Amino acid sequence: MRILISLLAGSLFGAGLLISGMTDTTKVQGWLDVFGNWDPTLAFVMGGAILPMLVAWRMTAHRKPLTGGQFPKATPPQLDRRLVIGSIMFGMGWGLSGLCPGPAIASITYGGLGGIVFLAAMLAGMIAAPRLGVQLDRSANAA
Amino acid sequence: MYTEWIWGLAGGLLIGLGAAVYLLGNGRIMGASGILGGLVDGSDRTLERISFIAGVVATPLVLSPLLSSAPKTHLTSNFAVIVLAGVLVGAGTRIANGCTSGHGVCGISRFSFRGIIATLIYIAAGGATIALMRHLWGLI
Repeated sequence: MRILISLLAGSLFGAGLLISGMTDTTKVQGWLDVFGNWDPTLAFVMGGAILPMLVAWRMTAHRKPLTGGQFPKATPPQLDRRLVIGSIMFGMGWGLSGLCPGPAIASITYGGLGGIVFLAAMLAGMIAAPRLGVQLDRSANAA
Repeated sequence: MYTEWIWGLAGGLLIGLGAAVYLLGNGRIMGASGILGGLVDGSDRTLERISFIAGVVATPLVLSPLLSSAPKTHLTSNFAVIVLAGVLVGAGTRIANGCTSGHGVCGISRFSFRGIIATLIYIAAGGATIALMRHLWGLI
C-alpha cells in the first residue's frame, strides 16, 4: 500500500513538473532573472502547489496517516548554519543550471547527456553532504 | 499573450496533489531531495523511495507524446557549469534538509519558519547568481 501511494504521488509530481514547464531550465532561470526577461510562471506553479497542501495540512489535525504511523512534527523555528549555507549553495546551483532535484529526476529521459551528468553530479553532492555538514558544525563551534 | 500561467497553475495543482497524497497516505513530506538523498544515504523505506522516483520519471515519458512539442530542458551545454551546479544542488539541499518541494511547497503551506526562510534564501541566491553570471559577467 505505501509503495503504491508513493508511486501515485511520484506520478502526480512528475506530471505536474512536466505540464507546468518546470523541467524547462529557460522558464526557471527566467523566473530568477529579475534584471532580464522575467518569466512569472514559477510563481503560479508554487501557488498552485501550495493550495492542495494548505488543505492537506489542515486535514492532518486529529488524524493519522492512511497507512498508520504519525504525521511529521513541525520543526522549531530556528535558524542554523546548515539551513542558511545549504540553501545558499542550492540557490547558486539552481540559478546556474535552472534545475532543482525534482525536475532533474523528471527530465532524465529527455534531458540528454547534460541531464544525466547533472544528476550524477547532484548524487555526488548528496554523498558528500554529510561530511560537509559536519565541517560546518565544527566551524560553528569554533567561532 | 502570456498564457503559460494556466499550465503553470495546472501543473502546480498536480504537484500539490501529489504532495497531499504522500502526506495523508504515507505521513511523509514529499521532498525530492530528501527522498532521493535517503536512497544515497541508505536510509529506511528504500522501496517507497524507488517507487516514488519511478513515478516521477515515468509520467513525463508517458505524457510527452500528448504534448504539442517534445519536452526540452534547454540545459546549458557547458559541462563545467553543469557539474558545478549539480554538486551545489545535491550538497546544498541535503545540508539544508530540503529543496523547492520540501521546504518550498510542503514547508510554506505549513507556515514553517525554516521552510519559508530556506525558500527566501535559495531564491535570493539563485537570483543573485543569474544577475552576476548572466548580466555582469556574461558567463551563462
